Amino acid sequence: MEKTLTLNDVNPGQTAIVKEILSKGSMRRRLLDIGLTENTKIECVGRSPLGDPCAFLIRGAVIALRCEDCNDILIYNRTDKVRRV
Amino acid sequence: MGLTNNSVGINAIDSEFIIKKHSPSDKVIAIAGNPNVGKSTVFNGLTGMNQHTGNWTGKTVTNAQGFCKSEKYSYVMVDIPGAYSLMSESPDEKTARNFICFGEPDAVVVVCDATCIERNLNLALQIMEISENVIICVNLLDEAERKNIKIDLNLLSERLGVPVIGIVARKKKSLKSLLYSIDCLIDNSQKNKKIAKADYGDTIESAIEIIEPEVKKIAGEKINSRWLSLKLLDYDKSLIDELNSYLKKDIFSNSDTDDNILKIIDTAKKYLSENNISIENLKDIIASSIVKKAEEICDGVVTSENKSERKNFSISDRSIDRILTSRITGYPVMILMLAVILWITITGANYPSQIISDLLFGFEIPLTHFLETIGAPTLIIEMVVFGIYRVLAWVVSVMLPPMAIFFPLFTLLEDSGYLPRVAYNLDKPFKKCCACGKQALTMCMGFGCNAAGIVGCRIIDSPRERLIAIITNNFVPCNGRFPILIAVISMFFTYDSVSLSTSLISSLLLTSVVVFGIIMTFVVSKVLSKTILKGVPSSFTLELPPYRKPQIGKVIVRSIFDRTLFVLGRAVAVAAPAGLIIWLMANITIGDCSILKHCSEFLDPFAKLIGLDGVILIAFILGFPANEIVIPIIIMAYMSQGTITQTDDLLSIKQLLVDNGWTWVTAVNVMIFSLMHWPCSTTLMTIKKETASLKWTAVSFIVPAICGIVICFIFTSVTRFFI
Repeated sequence: MEKTLTLNDVNPGQTAIVKEILSKGSMRRRLLDIGLTENTKIECVGRSPLGDPCAFLIRGAVIALRCEDCNDILIYNRTDKVRRV
Repeated sequence: MGLTNNSVGINAIDSEFIIKKHSPSDKVIAIAGNPNVGKSTVFNGLTGMNQHTGNWTGKTVTNAQGFCKSEKYSYVMVDIPGAYSLMSESPDEKTARNFICFGEPDAVVVVCDATCIERNLNLALQIMEISENVIICVNLLDEAERKNIKIDLNLLSERLGVPVIGIVARKKKSLKSLLYSIDCLIDNSQKNKKIAKADYGDTIESAIEIIEPEVKKIAGEKINSRWLSLKLLDYDKSLIDELNSYLKKDIFSNSDTDDNILKIIDTAKKYLSENNISIENLKDIIASSIVKKAEEICDGVVTSENKSERKNFSISDRSIDRILTSRITGYPVMILMLAVILWITITGANYPSQIISDLLFGFEIPLTHFLETIGAPTLIIEMVVFGIYRVLAWVVSVMLPPMAIFFPLFTLLEDSGYLPRVAYNLDKPFKKCCACGKQALTMCMGFGCNAAGIVGCRIIDSPRERLIAIITNNFVPCNGRFPILIAVISMFFTYDSVSLSTSLISSLLLTSVVVFGIIMTFVVSKVLSKTILKGVPSSFTLELPPYRKPQIGKVIVRSIFDRTLFVLGRAVAVAAPAGLIIWLMANITIGDCSILKHCSEFLDPFAKLIGLDGVILIAFILGFPANEIVIPIIIMAYMSQGTITQTDDLLSIKQLLVDNGWTWVTAVNVMIFSLMHWPCSTTLMTIKKETASLKWTAVSFIVPAICGIVICFIFTSVTRFFI
C-alpha cells in the first residue's frame, strides 16, 4: 500500500487536494473556519527560515501552519504547479 | 495607522463594554468581518476617528465605538475584532460573537476582502443566520482589480438576499454609498426577504425543528431561534453562559414546566444519533455546509480574467517573501530592518531634541519673571520652576523626538504587512520554548506600550501561552524606556553623534540591547514553560496578508501627531506631579540632610552591589507610574546634592553623571535595568485586568525584576574582577 500523504509532503510550489482532516477540537474548528475542508485545493507557497511553519495558499489567503498540525491533514496527491517560462 | 492614543497607556485597559448613544434614537451598527479586511479603516472612515489600523491579523482585540451621521440618521458604529467564524474559541473572536448575538445591533456591516471573498462569506453566512439586517461590504476592490479578480456585486446581492456594496475603504468617497445603504436598510427592515442560508441536510433541520419552539419561548424574538437551537444542539458552553447572563436567567433551571429544555435537547440529540450523526459529526457538518454554501454562491460571481496575470501578481508577493522569510536572508533582514529604523531614530532625534530643549529651557527665565511679577513667594517659584517645569521640559525634549521618529517608521512597517512575517520567522524558536509565534506580534505592540502589548496577547488562543506572552512582554523596551536607552547610549558610548560612524555605533548598540531583550524573552519563556507554566505548544494558524503599499504621507503625519499628544499627555499627567514630589523630597530636610538623600543612602549599599547607586534605584522606584521620568529624577537628585550645572545638553548632563561616579559600567547597568525591571503601574493594572489573577500579576512583577537584578549583579561582579 502506498504511504499516506500529509500536507507535510507538499513542497513549496506544489499543490494538493485535501482528503481528510484528522485534527481534533479547536484546531479542527479553526481549519474549517479558514475554509480548509475536504476536497479543498491547497498550495504550498513557502517555508519559514527554520523550515517550520510552512505557508499555504488556501482559498485565496496565505496561512502559516506548523508541521505537527500538517501531519493531521491528509491529501490525495501532489501535483507540481505548471510554471510559466 | 500605528498605535494610537486610544490603544495605549491607561486606555489600553478595556472596560465593560457599554454602548454610549448621543440620543436614544441613535442606531447601533456593528462592523464585522474576517481579520485584516479593513474593518478599522471603514470604521475610521465613517466616524472620523483614529483607531489603530495595520496590515495584520489580530490588531483589534476589543470593541471600539464612534459616532457617525448620515442624511437621515445618526449612528453609533462599533468596530468589533476580526473573526473567521462565530464558532471559535479565542477570546477576541468571542468578543466579536457576543456583540453580534447579544449587543442588539440595529444592523451588521460585514466587511469582506474582495480578493478572497469565498472565505469571507463563511462568516457573513453565519452572521446572516443571527441577524437579518446585514449589509455585505466588499472592500479592497482596488486590490482585487490589480489581481484581475472580477466580482459581480449585483449577482452576489441577489444570491445572498442582502445588500452588497463595493468599496475601497482607504478612499473616503466610496464610503458614502455604504452609509446610504445603511440608511435604506434601517428604513425597510429585511424581515421578509429571502436570505441565503446554509442547508444542513434533512436530519439536522428536523432536529432543529424539535428544539426551536421551546427555544422561542425562552429567548423570545430578540435572538434568532433557529440559530440558537443549532447552538444548543452543539452545546457551546461559553455561548450558553453568555446567553444566561444576557437573559438574566439560567435557561436550564426552568423546572416549572414539563417541557424542560434539556429534555427536548436530549430528544433531538437522540434523533440525531439514531440517524448516525454524533456531536463531533454535527460540528463538522455545520462548518462544511456553510463552506459549501459559500462556494456555491461564489461560483459565477467571482471570475478571474487572464489567470496568468493573476498568478504574476501573487508571484511578486512570493518573491518578496522569499527574501524576507528565506533560510539565509530571513533573520539578517529582520535585524537589519530593526537596526536601520533605530539608526534613523537616533540620528534624526538629535536635531529636534536640541531645538526643543533650547526652547523649553529658554522659557524657564520668563516663567520665573512672570511668577515674580504676580508676587508668588520664592518657595513656590522654585517649586514650580525647578520642580514641575524642569522635569516636564526634560521629559518632553528627551522623550518626544525619538518617539515621534520611531513610530511613523514602525507604522510603515506594520502597514506593509511585514509584522506577521516576523511572527512566521520566529515561530519555530518560540515553539522550542513551548510558546506561540504570535507572541512576536504582541512584542511588536510592546514597543509602543507594554499595556497595549498585553491586551494584544488576546490573539493567542492557548491560555498558557497567553500568560507566557503577558509575563515576558516587559522585556521589550516600551515608549517610556526607549529614550532612556537612547540617552544613555548617546552620552556614554558615542561622543559626537553627528558623524556617521558614531551614529552607526550607537544604533548597533541599541539594536543589541533590543536583541538582548528578545533573547531574554526566549529564555524566560522557556523557563516558565518548564516550571510554573508547564505544557506543550498548542496548534497555530497565522494568516500572512498580502504586502500593501503604506499610505506614507498620511501615516507620518498622523503618527507624529498622535505620538506627540501621547507623550505630552503622559508628561502632564505623570511628570508634573512627579517633579513636584521629587523636588519636595530633595528640599525637605530631616536631621542633617534631605529625604531624598536619606532614601538614596539607605538603598545605596544594595544598589552598589548591582552596579547602580541609590539615586538611580530611587529613580526607578519613583518611575513606577511612568518610566519616562527616570532620567529627569536622576538628574534632579544629583543636582540637588550640590553641583549645579547647565543642564540643557547631553554633554553637560554626562558631566553631571560622571561627577556623581558614573562609569561605562554604571551606564550598561542602567540600560540593563531599564530593560528589565518591574513593569510600570499601568501595565500592571492591565495585567491584573487581563489575567484576572493577583498571582500572575505578582509573577509579572517579580520575574523581570529578578532577571534585571541578577544580570546587573553578574555583570558588575565580572567587570569588577577584570578591572
